Amino acid sequence: MADFYFKTEKLSVGYNGKPLIKDINIELKRGEILTLIGPNGAGKSTILKSISSHLKTIAGTVMIDKSMLSSMSYKEISTKMAVVLTERMKPELMTCRDVVASGRYPYTGRLGFLTEEDNKIIDDAMEMTNSSEIANRDFTAISDGQRQRIMLARAICQQPEIIILDEPTSFLDIKHKLELLDILRKMAKENDIVVILSLHEIDLAQKISDNIMCVKGEYIVKYGSPEEIFVGDSIKELYDIQKGEYNICFGSVELPRPEGIPETFVIAGNGSGINIFRELQKKRIPFYCGILSENDIDYQVSKALASETVSEKAFAIFGEEAYEKALNLLKKCNKVICTCKEFGPVNAINQKLLDSAKSLGLDIEYR
Amino acid sequence: MNSKTATSLHNKRSDDLKRISRYGIVFAVLIIALIIILILNIKIGSVDISAKDILNILFGGAGDDVQYGIIWKIRMPRLLMAAILGGALALSGFLLQTFFANPIAGPYILGISSGAKLVVAFAMIVITQAVGHVNSAELIIAAFIGSLISVGFVLLVSKKVNRMSMLLVAGIMIGYICTAITDFVVTFANDSDIVNLHNWSKGSFSGMSWSNVQVAAIVVIITAVVVFFMSKPIGAFQLGESYAQSMGVNIKVFKVALIILSSILSACVTAFAGPISFVGIAVPHLIKLFLKTSKPIVVIPAAFLGGAVFCSACDLIARTAFAPSELSISTVTAIFGAPVVIWMIIKRRSRV
Repeated sequence: MADFYFKTEKLSVGYNGKPLIKDINIELKRGEILTLIGPNGAGKSTILKSISSHLKTIAGTVMIDKSMLSSMSYKEISTKMAVVLTERMKPELMTCRDVVASGRYPYTGRLGFLTEEDNKIIDDAMEMTNSSEIANRDFTAISDGQRQRIMLARAICQQPEIIILDEPTSFLDIKHKLELLDILRKMAKENDIVVILSLHEIDLAQKISDNIMCVKGEYIVKYGSPEEIFVGDSIKELYDIQKGEYNICFGSVELPRPEGIPETFVIAGNGSGINIFRELQKKRIPFYCGILSENDIDYQVSKALASETVSEKAFAIFGEEAYEKALNLLKKCNKVICTCKEFGPVNAINQKLLDSAKSLGLDIEYR
Repeated sequence: MNSKTATSLHNKRSDDLKRISRYGIVFAVLIIALIIILILNIKIGSVDISAKDILNILFGGAGDDVQYGIIWKIRMPRLLMAAILGGALALSGFLLQTFFANPIAGPYILGISSGAKLVVAFAMIVITQAVGHVNSAELIIAAFIGSLISVGFVLLVSKKVNRMSMLLVAGIMIGYICTAITDFVVTFANDSDIVNLHNWSKGSFSGMSWSNVQVAAIVVIITAVVVFFMSKPIGAFQLGESYAQSMGVNIKVFKVALIILSSILSACVTAFAGPISFVGIAVPHLIKLFLKTSKPIVVIPAAFLGGAVFCSACDLIARTAFAPSELSISTVTAIFGAPVVIWMIIKRRSRV
């Protein structure tokens, strides 16, 4: 049996004794990252508040390092667990370093004086989060990105074995998002810390997590490794996306495909078509696309945006069958956009398709 | 160690040094100011006493009988009381500001002083009619009960409405209600009670006895020491309830302690000197501004000293400005305290 550091069994959480989400089972080893994803209001924060004892659990157990959370004192919990919450801290007249230093609270004496060792731990934590240079700035006068780094440094200072973060990347720009998540990943591995967080950025969740929990409705929809979670239409279903597409390979999104009967045909390949597909989508022009190999990146986007995509299996030479299919669609159109500069042995038949378009007298645009 | 770490370490050291010297200067100024004001308070009055006579009377134990009486029986208890209760008020305000996370919370504005006043007035009339006179302990207990009733009410309101401004309005309303009932009670008191009650209910340090000083000193100093030793959890609480809890503070116990301690302090003030306005808000704010920190471990003693200086100075003005008639202490504290509060509100209008 694997040795789990953090575990919940049949946990029910909610407010005022009314369960909101039932039967939450989490098992995490040290050094692992769990990310909670799911639509707004699904209860991600409720779960995080419950496992950090800010909210009373309704049923079931939470175990940290083989002891029950409910039987631990606040002081015991504070040396094992640190939190970064969504509520904004507005301390009066405190420097960033003061805020980070508050993480030493569980370890300082009666009056809270910092020892040399405490100071070193504080400096190290600030170093780790790249925030040393803002140490003496007023905490209320720094940017969102800097604030999150300070809050993380504060949590690290508490020398926890588990860190819980509620939407730590909200309000951050992409650079700071990546930076913050990279620090988390590094910290989890180097210090053997369990990290539990909630994220809105599913693409990032897929990349930093060891485990992912999909929260929606009364139960946990899915729990598992990113490979298990990101299959098929799971994300579309979780977020109830009816219009538009979420690409699970790249974590990219496409807006809903243009509606109507297409009069445009795009001959694309080798990534040359993506910009055209998106341009047509923005202009609300429906289109067909062909012929694409299924391992062409154009295929991933075309699948989401084109009304129909004629494709051939990966690595296969495009055959007559695909050509016939594409030609049928082509005949319904009055315009062809060709994004291919040249054709190779695999997609040579696209040249034939282009020639057919010419002989049909269609308007041809080269891009 | 790389150069970046070295510079940041160097910055930290020089920053620490700057901070500590700032604290030292603020404390030195406060102590010197307190000493000067205490001396002025002994010297100035309807009878002016020369410095030489003062030294003789205080330390030589000899001197003119009238002057001796004025200093030892009237001025000394009064100035000590102003200093002790002023400190208590500032601390009580600081605790309430921490509790409500609002810089303009204070015992007077939240109606806590008025609640204490009501119960004390009631107790004075009932107990004097039954026994003949009221002792200090009874007054404090009555004031404490009154404070808790008001706080309880404010807390009930704060559970219903989350807006800080509405909480203050509720406090002010409670204050009016309590004052109205007090006036009503006073109307039905005996003539002799009324004179006492009337002066006291407007707030005054006059007529303090040594036994008053003794009781107040014991209660206030013990409470202040307890508050000082709570500076660590208070510091954690300043970062917000959830964070304080995650740092290991037992929030429920801590919040009850905060309310009880601030109520004891403001009750002690009200029991002896009546309700006194604005000290509880203005002093902690000014102190934080001077110290450039809100760290409880320095703010608590500095606020106590600051309250003592502020109240002693205000009492000196109340006594001497229009002598022989005396102003009520709240008149003077309001003149100096209210502008500070208005300035605070303008400065942080976004936060209140």
